[in-house]
Amino acid sequence: MNLLFTILTPFLGAILVAWISRCGRSHAAWAAGGVGLAALAWLSPLASGPFSGMTHIQRIAWMPAVGLDLAFRLDGLGLLFAGLILGIGLLVILYARYYLSERDSLGRLYAYLLLFMGAMLGVVLSENLIQLLMFWELTSLSSFLLIGYWREREQARQGARMALAVTGAGGLALLGGILLLGEITGSYELSVILASGDLIRAHPLYLPALVLVLLGAFTKSAQFPFHFWLPHAMAAPTPVSAYLHSATLVKAGVFLLARLFPALSGTWEWSHLVGGVGLLTLSIGAFTALFKHDLKGLLAYSTLSHLGLITLLFGIGTPLAAVAGVFHIINHAIFKASLFMAAGIIDHETGSRDMRRINGLWRFMPHTATLAMVAAAAMAGVPLFNGFLSKEMLFAESASLATQMRFGWILPLGVTVAGIFAVAYSLRFVHDVFFNGDPIDLPRTPREPPHWMKVPVEVLVLLCLLVGIFPGQTVEPILAVAAAGVLGRPPPAHDLAIWHGFSPALWMSVIALVGGALLYGARRPLFAWHERHEGRLDARRVYEALQRALFAFARKVTRLLDVGSLQRMLALFLSFTLLLGWAGGEMSGAVGNDTALTGPRALLPVDGVSGLVAVALVVVSLAVVALHRRRFTALVLIGVVGLLVSLIFVKFSAPDLALTQLSVEVVTVVLLLLALYFLPQHTPRESRPSRRARDAALALAAGGGMGTLAWAVLTRPYSGIGDWFLANSVPGGGGRNVVNVILVDFRGFDTLGEITVLALAGLAIHAMLESTRLEGPRQDADGRAWNRDAHPAIMASFARLLLPLALLVSAFILLRGHNLPGGGFIAGLVTAAALIMQYLANGVEWTHSRLPGNLHPVIGAGLAIATLTGLGSLFLGHPFLTSTFGHVAWLGDVELASAMIFDLGVYLVVVGATLLILIHLGLMHRKDSGSETAAVPEARRWKP
Amino acid sequence: MNHLAIAPLLLPLLAGILLLLFRHTGIGPRRVFSLAAVLGQVGLALLLTRATSSGDILAYFLGNWLAPFGIVLVADALAAWMLLATALLALFALLYACRGGDTRGRHFHVLFQLQLFGLNGAFLTGDLFNLFVFFEVLLLASYGLILHGGGRARVRAGLHYVVLNLAGSAVFLIAVGTLYGVFGTLNLADLALKVAATPASELGLARVAGLLLFAVFALKAALLPLYLWLPAAYAHTSAAVAALFAIMTKVGVYAIVRVYSLVFGATAGPLARLVEPWLLPLALATLLVGMLGVLAAATLRQQAAYLVVASVGSLLTAFALDSTAGIAAGLYYLPHATFAAAALFLLADVIASRRGDSGDRLAPGPAMPHAPLLGGLFFVTAMQGVGLPPLSGFLGKFLLLRAALEHPAAPWVMAAVLLAGLLGMIALARSGSLLFFRTLPPEDGAEPLAAALVPVVGLLLLGVAMTVFAGPLQAHVASIAEQLSQPYHYVHAVLGGRP
Repeated sequence: MNLLFTILTPFLGAILVAWISRCGRSHAAWAAGGVGLAALAWLSPLASGPFSGMTHIQRIAWMPAVGLDLAFRLDGLGLLFAGLILGIGLLVILYARYYLSERDSLGRLYAYLLLFMGAMLGVVLSENLIQLLMFWELTSLSSFLLIGYWREREQARQGARMALAVTGAGGLALLGGILLLGEITGSYELSVILASGDLIRAHPLYLPALVLVLLGAFTKSAQFPFHFWLPHAMAAPTPVSAYLHSATLVKAGVFLLARLFPALSGTWEWSHLVGGVGLLTLSIGAFTALFKHDLKGLLAYSTLSHLGLITLLFGIGTPLAAVAGVFHIINHAIFKASLFMAAGIIDHETGSRDMRRINGLWRFMPHTATLAMVAAAAMAGVPLFNGFLSKEMLFAESASLATQMRFGWILPLGVTVAGIFAVAYSLRFVHDVFFNGDPIDLPRTPREPPHWMKVPVEVLVLLCLLVGIFPGQTVEPILAVAAAGVLGRPPPAHDLAIWHGFSPALWMSVIALVGGALLYGARRPLFAWHERHEGRLDARRVYEALQRALFAFARKVTRLLDVGSLQRMLALFLSFTLLLGWAGGEMSGAVGNDTALTGPRALLPVDGVSGLVAVALVVVSLAVVALHRRRFTALVLIGVVGLLVSLIFVKFSAPDLALTQLSVEVVTVVLLLLALYFLPQHTPRESRPSRRARDAALALAAGGGMGTLAWAVLTRPYSGIGDWFLANSVPGGGGRNVVNVILVDFRGFDTLGEITVLALAGLAIHAMLESTRLEGPRQDADGRAWNRDAHPAIMASFARLLLPLALLVSAFILLRGHNLPGGGFIAGLVTAAALIMQYLANGVEWTHSRLPGNLHPVIGAGLAIATLTGLGSLFLGHPFLTSTFGHVAWLGDVELASAMIFDLGVYLVVVGATLLILIHLGLMHRKDSGSETAAVPEARRWKP
Repeated sequence: MNHLAIAPLLLPLLAGILLLLFRHTGIGPRRVFSLAAVLGQVGLALLLTRATSSGDILAYFLGNWLAPFGIVLVADALAAWMLLATALLALFALLYACRGGDTRGRHFHVLFQLQLFGLNGAFLTGDLFNLFVFFEVLLLASYGLILHGGGRARVRAGLHYVVLNLAGSAVFLIAVGTLYGVFGTLNLADLALKVAATPASELGLARVAGLLLFAVFALKAALLPLYLWLPAAYAHTSAAVAALFAIMTKVGVYAIVRVYSLVFGATAGPLARLVEPWLLPLALATLLVGMLGVLAAATLRQQAAYLVVASVGSLLTAFALDSTAGIAAGLYYLPHATFAAAALFLLADVIASRRGDSGDRLAPGPAMPHAPLLGGLFFVTAMQGVGLPPLSGFLGKFLLLRAALEHPAAPWVMAAVLLAGLLGMIALARSGSLLFFRTLPPEDGAEPLAAALVPVVGLLLLGVAMTVFAGPLQAHVASIAEQLSQPYHYVHAVLGGRP
């Protein structure tokens, strides 16, 4: 499990360091260093494995069914990268301790840095590609935090977001690529995939998989045309840049190329895509670097160009080129890290990074200057420094390829020109900064930095020299195992000597060195020329324009769809429903089934009453539409519609339904009348004719569709569970009123749900209206004052007289409901209507003083009774709501059913909820309304 | 008689009734009671999960009337899964509300419990009309909850919500009526048998009814083009309610999965896979339009609301793949998406309360006290929201994409899902950088943080748990998917050996 712990240590360490940092900066630094060392310690026992040709694979089952396990792999390539990540990471931790000013939180930087370190280790030590991808995305996320470290700076925020968007997008593409690879090979494990190169290359999905994987690698390694994020990432603190852009973040992309080299390389597509992009990036980076006045900008573009170089090497695809690629990964990591650190020292000591101002620093900091010059020489590819060796290998490979393919000559030409520029910008770095006159207008007087700040640079520079001078003794062993890890077999013979004789590569090196010096000599006119043409083609601007366009597009689409219009939502819903309904009917026609609209049932003749009621219904409904602006009239007409419907129920022998409809209608109209009182009295014409036409068309289509559907259903013979209800109502439910037995017994659970709905409606409306106060109008629509006699005596007297009668009727309806038309619902509505009458005729105050105005207990009791009736059966061992019934002889042989108690619950909820809504509607315009508030004791309110 | 199947309904119902009857008791005891009731539901959901995980299906015949005549509750592994997700979500939403949000209006705890009654009922019922009833319970309870605390924006959004959903209810009734007219039954298992044997003359009607039902479920699930009610309603209601509502769209999703696997599933003869041609394109479009909304959002809450829309797109994409792998992916993704969205709603509220007048607007505002902690939480929540590694969001996406590879439309699914992930990432990176990076000088006054963050962290930890135990969970959802692909078991459990 060492590999798991190697990766976990930095993650856990990040939390530790963030916590420790409150004790002081040194504590944080020591802790961070300790974490890095601990990770190294976990790794070191395994390090000998790759040297003896072993690949460690450690596995913990996670989601084995879908091929995703935690699987770690340590081979030569992984070891090399892990070493670079940890080694340079430790140096950066040391460096950052001195770089960062007191104002900035060191703990936060270290925490982010360790998070990033863990993610990078995860990338390079993963055996499972999905797991690799997870760490890959974590590197994007943690680098977002690192680049945005100075969050108060606009540039840092932008740079961070840009890096995240580009590399994150690449990560998503990579996910797609890995999934395709998994689909091709049947596994996400590297051991399988690396061994299936031939299968993959021959598969039809090869090209999409390749492109997706390359998108991931190129965005991460900042290859053209995704290179633009990297220079902007320079807004990060310099230790971060030194880490991210030498050994880690951008190297993850080339790591991926190396990792999947055996699986994907060796095709025309590979060499052209990878090689082409590498060459382009190499050239563009080298060219642009020369013209950057910002020290870190120069290094950033140089990084681009070296990444292009490495990519190009892998693109060439020969084993020897791959070895060279790995070699340059090592060399670049070493010299670029030291250069960034040197640049950081200069920035730190002078307060500026502008090479037009920082000149002649040799006099102030000779020690740093020496170190920087060595590293720059390595970057330029000067012999005896490490960069020279790998660059010469590139020259050799490109020269040997020149004759093998069409346009092959482009390759040596391109790399040589890029080499010239590399020498020139390296020269500029050295000459401009350390010589070239005196410093101009610097914020601070430069001096040598603290000793420990230089130590990391010294270590790295020493490595540059050692590798450059004694390659065979120093770098060869690790290069060999790493290359073996890339190729999956022992690497081809390669000679890391400095002197290879007068080969074409040597001449290319000479041309690069001499040409570079000449180019630098001619820099002034070149700079002038560049200034005139700067910014012509700026990928960043394209990116920003794209991003702006994306946000604008998103806003446009969202605003277009989501206008917050209820009418539109309803229109969309209706249209969608109609479309589905139409499609359902249409599909049947297309299939050619015999799906006649009209069923086989014999039609009844239209009798006079039905016809009349139907016609009346249509006419009145149309009248409602036509008169809807005259609200009072429309409401009356709606009442008429309801009455007509209840007549239809009577006609078809459904007295229960008719009674329900009738009482619902009464209560609804009264409630609506109360609501109307608060609405504006005039309804303006708000919709345009086009809108009205649309609505009319929708309404017609919906009505027509509904009619068609009803016609189709009603003309078909019916056979279903209905007959069973008829047959079982008396023997099973103990009641002759089948409708009621269904409601309280067979489907009593539905009713329980529905009374809950009613109770909820009451509670919700109470909650909403309680704090709402509306002024009612003082006049009616035509400007006439309301009648001052709000409660006419005749009506009040009648209402009072009616009340006991109505209550008696409702009790009667409730009790007989199980056997004859009636039941709790209707009875509840009758009671409610009777009580509403009292409110209307006598006023709220008068009624409140005689009736409990607090209806919550009524609702609660109703729900409780209904539920407890159901629970009773549980204790007798039957399912919820199981009913029982029996004859009670002493009452005159009355049949009583437990379901009747349930019905009592229904009754109470209906009464309570209806009155609750009504009372609160009625109380809305009273400023000192006596609604139920906790502050006023209830008793006082209804017993004055 | 095993009453386990009805217990998750009785508990919140009784709790709601008692809270209504004892509404004058102090807020403290009511909170404790409400929380205890929700904890009880978590326990019951766990018991049900255990009882159903081996493939058993519990049928509970209400009133002792046998199916298809009475109403039957059916607890299978899918129902238990949904119940568990709901109960866990409710626990944290309620915890958040108990910090004081519950006293800003009337009846919060009553409405909350009855909302859970509706949710649990919708998941457990095996009867189409009873499903309608529970949709109504849900609707009214949620209407009350949306309005909780009052305010102009809430009332407006609530009105849109309730009117639109009442229209949906009407269509539901029409569809149920048509199905009843054609098949003479409301029991889902019975319907499954009858639909599979639809005579040719009734195919058209059955198809129309099935598709109308889809329109209703799509409205509940907030599928394009019917999602427009969601952003306003979720963005304007109180945080705890918005968090709870993260599960509301999943009721629609659940109904789609249930009805179109059981009744109109692969075994439904000529009506098999009724909604398949509609579901995938609409789901992908929902995903993308939702993510565009995330990009366009002006406030963090709006962003969270659009993330809910997008997650519905992902979910239904998974279910539209019509494979057990796809359904399993969707089932894994469902609780994840729910918890992640809820966490974001709660966090948005915590953030808004610390930015003075800036609230949750995505614009530079005053620096927040405890910004590092909040920023860290936002970072993790955002990662979960857009499905970045390494937590459950990514695993869900991975499972979805993996399942999609087998589908003919794989390139479209992949492109849409990956693109949506990118858009979400860009949007949330912008939000994070505006909220936490680009700040003005801090203002004074902050309420205590810990209590507010417990629910957020709890929800995030659920995601962590889903990551750590991804293996067993994946096996579990795969077995649920397997069970769904064989409606025979469900039918058998409900109707016994009878045809």
